[in-house]
Amino acid sequence: MTQKEKAKLVPVSREPALLTERDADKSPVLECIDLGITFGGLKAVDNFNVTIGRTEITGLIGPNGAGKTTVFNLLTKVYQPTHGTILLNGKDIHDLNTAQVNRAGIARTFQNIRLFGDMSVEQNITVAMDNQVHYTMPEGILRLPRFWKEERVMHERAMELLSIFHMEHLADAKASSLPYGAQRRLEILRALATNPSLLLLDEPAAGMNPSETAELMENICSIRDTFHIAVLLIEHDMNLVMNICEGIAVLNFGRVIAKGTPEDIQNNPEVIEAYLGKKKEA
Amino acid sequence: MTKKMKQFNSLKKTTKVDFATYFGVIAAFVIVTVLRSNGSLSRSTIGLLVPICCYMSMAVSLNLTVGILGELSLGHAGFMSVGAFTGIVVSQSLMNLIPNAPVRLALSMFVGALLAALVGLLIGTPVLRLQGDYLAIVTLAFGEIIKELINCLIIGCDEKGLHFVFNLSGNKTVDDLGLGANGTAIIKGAQGATGTTAIASFTAGFILVMLTLLIVLNLTRSRAGRAIMAIRDNHIAAQAIGLNLTKYKLMAFVTSAALAGAAGALFGLNYSSLQATKFNFNLSILVLVFVVLGGLGNIWGSLIAAAALTILPEALRPLHDYRMLIYAIVLIFVMLATNNPQAKAFFGRLLPHRRASAEKED
Repeated sequence: MTQKEKAKLVPVSREPALLTERDADKSPVLECIDLGITFGGLKAVDNFNVTIGRTEITGLIGPNGAGKTTVFNLLTKVYQPTHGTILLNGKDIHDLNTAQVNRAGIARTFQNIRLFGDMSVEQNITVAMDNQVHYTMPEGILRLPRFWKEERVMHERAMELLSIFHMEHLADAKASSLPYGAQRRLEILRALATNPSLLLLDEPAAGMNPSETAELMENICSIRDTFHIAVLLIEHDMNLVMNICEGIAVLNFGRVIAKGTPEDIQNNPEVIEAYLGKKKEA
Repeated sequence: MTKKMKQFNSLKKTTKVDFATYFGVIAAFVIVTVLRSNGSLSRSTIGLLVPICCYMSMAVSLNLTVGILGELSLGHAGFMSVGAFTGIVVSQSLMNLIPNAPVRLALSMFVGALLAALVGLLIGTPVLRLQGDYLAIVTLAFGEIIKELINCLIIGCDEKGLHFVFNLSGNKTVDDLGLGANGTAIIKGAQGATGTTAIASFTAGFILVMLTLLIVLNLTRSRAGRAIMAIRDNHIAAQAIGLNLTKYKLMAFVTSAALAGAAGALFGLNYSSLQATKFNFNLSILVLVFVVLGGLGNIWGSLIAAAALTILPEALRPLHDYRMLIYAIVLIFVMLATNNPQAKAFFGRLLPHRRASAEKED
């Protein structure tokens, strides 16, 4: 798939050509090879080897301070890795910066919500479609036909995205005035609006009650199915992780201590030790 | 007709506010023009009309940098100065070539805007790559430097074209230009530009304000404006959704500089004599006060604040020595009143679009 084709602004429901192409391609969306970063002498992440399939939901779990968010920051180039390679759709992203990585196909949400607070909900989503819009600044100021055409498509697409979480009625509300859960959902929609091939979710269920979490689980799966994208999520809610993730990687002190299906992970003695500590020898 | 009304009612709140702003400026222009033709305006008030238009344009353009981009600029008068002296040079040197004053004025303002934009680009390119208050520091220095530079500038014009002398040593005069017999000096170093033919008009000022509004408002409501506001609200998230921070910051800053340049050209061509020291730090701060008082990101607020704070010192002139004291007290009261929740609620009841948002917050 070329960059040009991807940059087309298509309403969500009408994207069949792109989807079949994505499905046909069985190569992984993301490959991390020996990825690592050291801060001074501290190896925050070390030898991180994870491969994510094209429409796979992968969980990244581990105790506090294990380096999970650091992995996200490495993948989005907030930090430049000190060693290792990241292949996105088979291409090395070593020389790209955060904005370019997003345009190459990785979108993320943040652990501590980072919305554009003074902008409306709809604007928060349409601003993320910037990479798919073509009208120039003079066209925008003079309001030439392309401005109206693309703005209308953006509006329609924003409404379609909002309908995923049934938030259409909030389109004109100020983003900072939303309740906490809605802000988290809006962040996911904003990330989706950039048309990614890999979605990184940093604790999407934080601060949500069990029924909200259950709804979120359904939403994550349906997002994966509608958009045919891969999802990598950090989450402490084991119910969510074990139910929707097809693969799980467990991180402790910057190292992957276990990888596998949810069943493997649940029975892995090293994982249990990392979370609960060692059993005292009798 | 009813279809048109329906269309208007379905417009977004922001679009309605924009239309109200345009309408307000047009209404003000019509009222002032009528009053002027009646002869009910005093001479000093008429003299204030063009500067008020310039300050309005300055305030709206600075609001783009400070309110919408969220970067502090303390050298807006510097861009105005660049535009003013460029405009004067263009207008004076093309006097014979383009005898039509409005056309010459338009061209002068355009070239003034262009040069100010270029200077803005030069300053912005390195500084806007950084996060933090660096722009404030650099623009503060720029305002002072440009003032001194223009103080050293001697420019004249004869049939061969423009002549420049840069008077760094301080002992060069107009004679060093080597002008022909019919040549005239346009800018004379520390003396500034004298003998300028004042061609600015209130109509030109009105058109400038409308153009500034059109550019700033339409920019804000387009993809570029959304990107600029996103950078203001959270630059980390803005990067994470693929926005090129430097590009959009530069876009806002250079547009703002260009508009200040156009306003400067109009301002410069309103007086027969103008010195570079007019565009000092105080003027930059004055424009910033317009913006802060009118509300950051609030365009019509900037317009009203610019007009009110230009008229107020003149209106207080009969108070002599107490003038600036009263001016300061009025400023403080306005700021207190606009930040008071009760006063806000009172204004909210007056304005229907405010009421809707106020109710939502309750």
